[in-house]
Amino acid sequence: MSAEPGERGSDGVLLEVSNLRLAFGGIQALFDVSFDIRRGEIRAIIGPNGAGKTSMLNCINGFYKPQQGTITYKGRAVHQMRSHDAAKNGIARTFQNIALFRSMTALDNIMTGRLLKMRANLLWDALYLGPARREELAHRAFAERIIDFLEIQAVRKIPVGRLPYGLQKRVELGRALAAEPELLLLDEPMGGMNVEEKQDMSRFILDVNQEFGTTIALIEHDMGVVMDISDRVVVLDYGRKIADGTPDQVRTDPAVVEAYLGVDHGPAPAEEKPCISSTPS
Amino acid sequence: MHFLYTVLIDPFVQIAGDPRFFVEVLTGGLLTGVMYSLVALGFVIIYKASRVFNFAQGTMVLFAALMLVGQMEMGAPAWLALGTTCGVMVGLAFAVERLVLRPMVNQSEIILFMATLGISFFLEGLGQLMWGGDVHTLELGIPSGPLTLGGILVNKLDLVGAAVAGLLVTALALFFRWTSVGRVLRAVADDHQAALSVGVPLKVVWVIVWTMAGLVALVAGIMWGSSLGVQFSLSLVALKALPVLILGGFTSVPGAIVGGLIVGATEKVGEVFWGPALGGAVENWFAYLLALIFLLFRPQGLFGERIIERV
Amino acid sequence: MFYREAGEFKTSYAADQAIFPIAQDRIALVVLVLAAYVGVPLIANGYWLDAILIPFLVYSLAALGLNILTGYAGQVSLGTGGFMAVGAFSAYKLAIGFPHLNVVLVIVIAGLIAAAVGIVFGVPSLRIKGFYLAVATLAAQFFLVWLFNRVPWFTNYSSSGVISAPLRAVFGRVYITGAEASSVDKYLFALTTVSLLALAAKNMVRCATGRAWMAIRDMDIAAEIIGIRPLATKLTAFAVSSFYVGVAGALWAFVYTGTVEPLAFDVERSFQILFMIIIGGLGSILGSFLGAAFVVLVPVLLSNAPGFLGLSIRVATVTNLQSIIFGALIVFFLVVEPNGLARLWQVGKEKLRLWPFPY
Repeated sequence: MSAEPGERGSDGVLLEVSNLRLAFGGIQALFDVSFDIRRGEIRAIIGPNGAGKTSMLNCINGFYKPQQGTITYKGRAVHQMRSHDAAKNGIARTFQNIALFRSMTALDNIMTGRLLKMRANLLWDALYLGPARREELAHRAFAERIIDFLEIQAVRKIPVGRLPYGLQKRVELGRALAAEPELLLLDEPMGGMNVEEKQDMSRFILDVNQEFGTTIALIEHDMGVVMDISDRVVVLDYGRKIADGTPDQVRTDPAVVEAYLGVDHGPAPAEEKPCISSTPS
Repeated sequence: MHFLYTVLIDPFVQIAGDPRFFVEVLTGGLLTGVMYSLVALGFVIIYKASRVFNFAQGTMVLFAALMLVGQMEMGAPAWLALGTTCGVMVGLAFAVERLVLRPMVNQSEIILFMATLGISFFLEGLGQLMWGGDVHTLELGIPSGPLTLGGILVNKLDLVGAAVAGLLVTALALFFRWTSVGRVLRAVADDHQAALSVGVPLKVVWVIVWTMAGLVALVAGIMWGSSLGVQFSLSLVALKALPVLILGGFTSVPGAIVGGLIVGATEKVGEVFWGPALGGAVENWFAYLLALIFLLFRPQGLFGERIIERV
Repeated sequence: MFYREAGEFKTSYAADQAIFPIAQDRIALVVLVLAAYVGVPLIANGYWLDAILIPFLVYSLAALGLNILTGYAGQVSLGTGGFMAVGAFSAYKLAIGFPHLNVVLVIVIAGLIAAAVGIVFGVPSLRIKGFYLAVATLAAQFFLVWLFNRVPWFTNYSSSGVISAPLRAVFGRVYITGAEASSVDKYLFALTTVSLLALAAKNMVRCATGRAWMAIRDMDIAAEIIGIRPLATKLTAFAVSSFYVGVAGALWAFVYTGTVEPLAFDVERSFQILFMIIIGGLGSILGSFLGAAFVVLVPVLLSNAPGFLGLSIRVATVTNLQSIIFGALIVFFLVVEPNGLARLWQVGKEKLRLWPFPY
C-alpha cells in the first residue's frame, strides 16, 4: 500500500460542498457540512452509524435534494442536478447494500454502465445492424477489459443474484468503472468482507485511482483500510463535520476520538442517539 | 362548440337547476360506493397481511352468493344455508393456503397475483357448474324499495348495505386493534420477515385472512345479490373495486371506505350529468380515470404513507 | 453429451454475442423455419390454419408485446386488450380511408398509432409502480374499448358496431384479408410478420435498449443513478410494446377473424395475454410463444376431450369444466415452475448437454 498523504491531488478541487443542510421531516441528516474533494485523490468519509455519510453521497449524486448549501462540481453549482445528470457528468457510485440488476448477468450489468456512452437508437438495435452492432462489440471489448481488471472472467455469464457477496461487490465496482467516471463514490466497498476480500478490494481501489487517475470518495468503517488507502479523511458525527485532514491528523483529533469512543459525551446526546440512528445513513 | 357546451357547462346548469335531484344522485352514488367498499375490504384484508393481490375476491363474492342462493333454492332454511356457506368459505381458505399459498411461498407478487387469477377461474367454473349460470334471486327478507328520507328518495336496500358495511368496518377495526390475532396481523402487515422471526405462524395468518376475506365476500355477495340478483356479472364488481383500492391505498381499511364513497359518488354523478354528452356508459371507466389522475398527484393513495426512497 | 458447446471455440465477441451460440440450435432453427414455411402449408388443413395456427401466431405477437413491457421493463399492464383494439380499429379506418395504401403499411401505421396511445398511457408509470400501475392501465383498457364502442366514427357508423376487414393484397393477388384470402396466404403473412418482429424483439433485448429496460425492471433507483432516464426508458418500452400489441390487434381483425367488435378486446383478453407470458415465462421471447401455444391449445383440447372419450356433455358444462381445469392448471404450473415454460425448456437443454452422463 503506497499512500503518500496529502501530496497527490494538489492540482485543484474537483468537487466542493459548502454549508450543506439536509433534513427529513424534523430530523437533521446533514447540518452545515463543508468539505472538498481534490482531483485525483482518495477521500474517505468516516463516522459512526447514522452520521449522515450515505446521505452525503446521495446529495453529491443528486439523489437527495439538500435544503440549503451548494455543491460545486468542476466549477459549476450542481445541487439541482438529477441522478442521471450526475452520471452524465462523470459521477458514478456503488451502494452500501449492493444495487445490482440481480437477474442480469455480470457482463450485462457492466454493460449497463456503458449505456451513457452508447448512441445507437431503438431502430438500429432492433435490426442489430450498422451502428448498433459496431457499438455493441466495441463496448463489449471495453467491458471485457474491466472484467479482466477485476478478475471476474469466470462469472461473466452468471446472473449476479447467484454470485457470492464479495463478487457482487466487485461486479458493482465494475459497473461503476464502465462509465469511465471522473469521480467515483464508493459506499462501504468493503462492508461485510473478510480480510482477504478487503485486501483485494483495496488493491482494486488503489489501482483504479493510480492507473485511471479516477478521483474516489469512499465511505468505510474499517479504520485500518481507511488509514492505509486514503489521502484525506473527513469525519462526520450526527450530521456535522467534526474533523478533516490527513489520516494521521484525524486519528489523533480529540473530537474524533470522542465521537468514536463516546468519551465525555454527556447525557443529552446519548439520549438522542436512537432517534438519530434511525435517519437514513 | 356544442360538445364543449354539453360537457363543460350544461351539467352544471342542470345541477344548479335541480339541486334536490343532484343530492339524490349523489346519495345514491355514495350508497353504491359503500357496496364497492365492501368488495374492496376483502382485497385490503388479504393484501395487508400477505402482500397478495387477490384478484379472486370478486369471484369469491359470486361464489359465496351462489352457494347461499343455491342451497336456499333447494329448500334449505336461510340460517342453515348461511352456516354451510360460512363453512365452505372457511374450507376455501384452508384449501387456498394448503394448495396455493404454501407451495408458492417466497414467490414474487406478480406470480401470486396470477395464481389468484387461477383461483378465480376455478371458482367461477365450480360455482356455475354446481348451481348453473342463470340469474338467481336472493330473498333474505332484507327490506328494499324506495324510501323518502328528508325529502330525498333512497333505496332501503342501499341503506341496509351502508349499515352493514359500517358495522363490518367497525368490527374489523376493533378486531385489528384489540385482539391478539389482530395484533399479529398488524405485525405481519408491518414487516413480514420480522414477524416471522419472532415466531408468527404464517400459515395460520394466511388461513385467518382468507377466511376473513371469504366472510366479507359473503356479506358483499348477499348485499349485491339482493340488489342485482346472483349471476355471473357479480364477479365483475371486483373491477369496480380496483379504483377504490388505488384511491384509498391497498393497505388501508378506512381508505377502502373513503375510496368507495368517492368512486360511487363521482361515477353516478358523472354518468347522470356527463354521460349523455359523452355517449353513455361512462361509469365503466370514469372511476379509473379519476383514480389515475389522482395517482399522478399522490402516488401512495389517500391513506398510504409517503415513501422515502433509500439506497 | 451430444448437445453441447464444447469444442466450439469463439474467436470474436461477435460470435459470442450471437442469438444461438450453439451449432445444434442453429440447425434446429433452420429445420423449424423450413417446417413452418414449407411443411405446414403442405400438411395443415383449413381448420388447423384458421382456428389454431393463425390465432396462435397473433396471440404470440400480442404476448411478445406485453412481455417486452412486463417481462423486460417490469411494468405490469392490464391494458393489452385496449391497445389491440387501437391497432385493429386504426388499421380498419386506414384501410377504408386510403384504399390504395398497401396493407403492410396499413398495419405498420396502425402499430405506430397504438404506440403513440401507449406512450400517453405510459406517462403515469413514472410515478406509479407495481399493482397501482397495473390497475391504472385498466383505465386505458376500459376507456379505449368504451371509445370504440360508443363513437360510431371508428366503425364507420356500422349499426352493429362490428367492422369487417376489406379485401387487401400484400402484392399481386396474394390476398391476406377479406373473403377471398386463402388460409395459407394468411398463415404465411402472419408467420412472416411474427417472425420478423420476434427477431427484432430479440435484437432489442440483447442490446443497449433491452439492458436499459431490464435495469429499470430490476432496480429503478440504481438504474437512474447510473444514468438511465427512467421516463424515457419506460416510455420506450410502452411504445415498443404497444406497437407489437397494436400490430397483433390489426392482424386479429384482418387476418384472424376478419370481422371484429370492440368487445373482442375487453379486459378478459388482457388477462388472457398476461397469462400467456406468465405461463410461458416473463422476460423470455421463446416464453411468449410457448405461453400462447398453451393458452390456445388447452381449451381446444379440453373442448374436444369429451368427444374423444365418447361422452356427451352439455356445452355450458364443458365451458365451466374448462374454466375449472384451466384455473387449476394455472395454479399447478405456477407452483411447479413459477418461471414459466421457457425455464423448463432451458433446464431441459441443460440436462441434454450432459445426457447420458450424470455429470
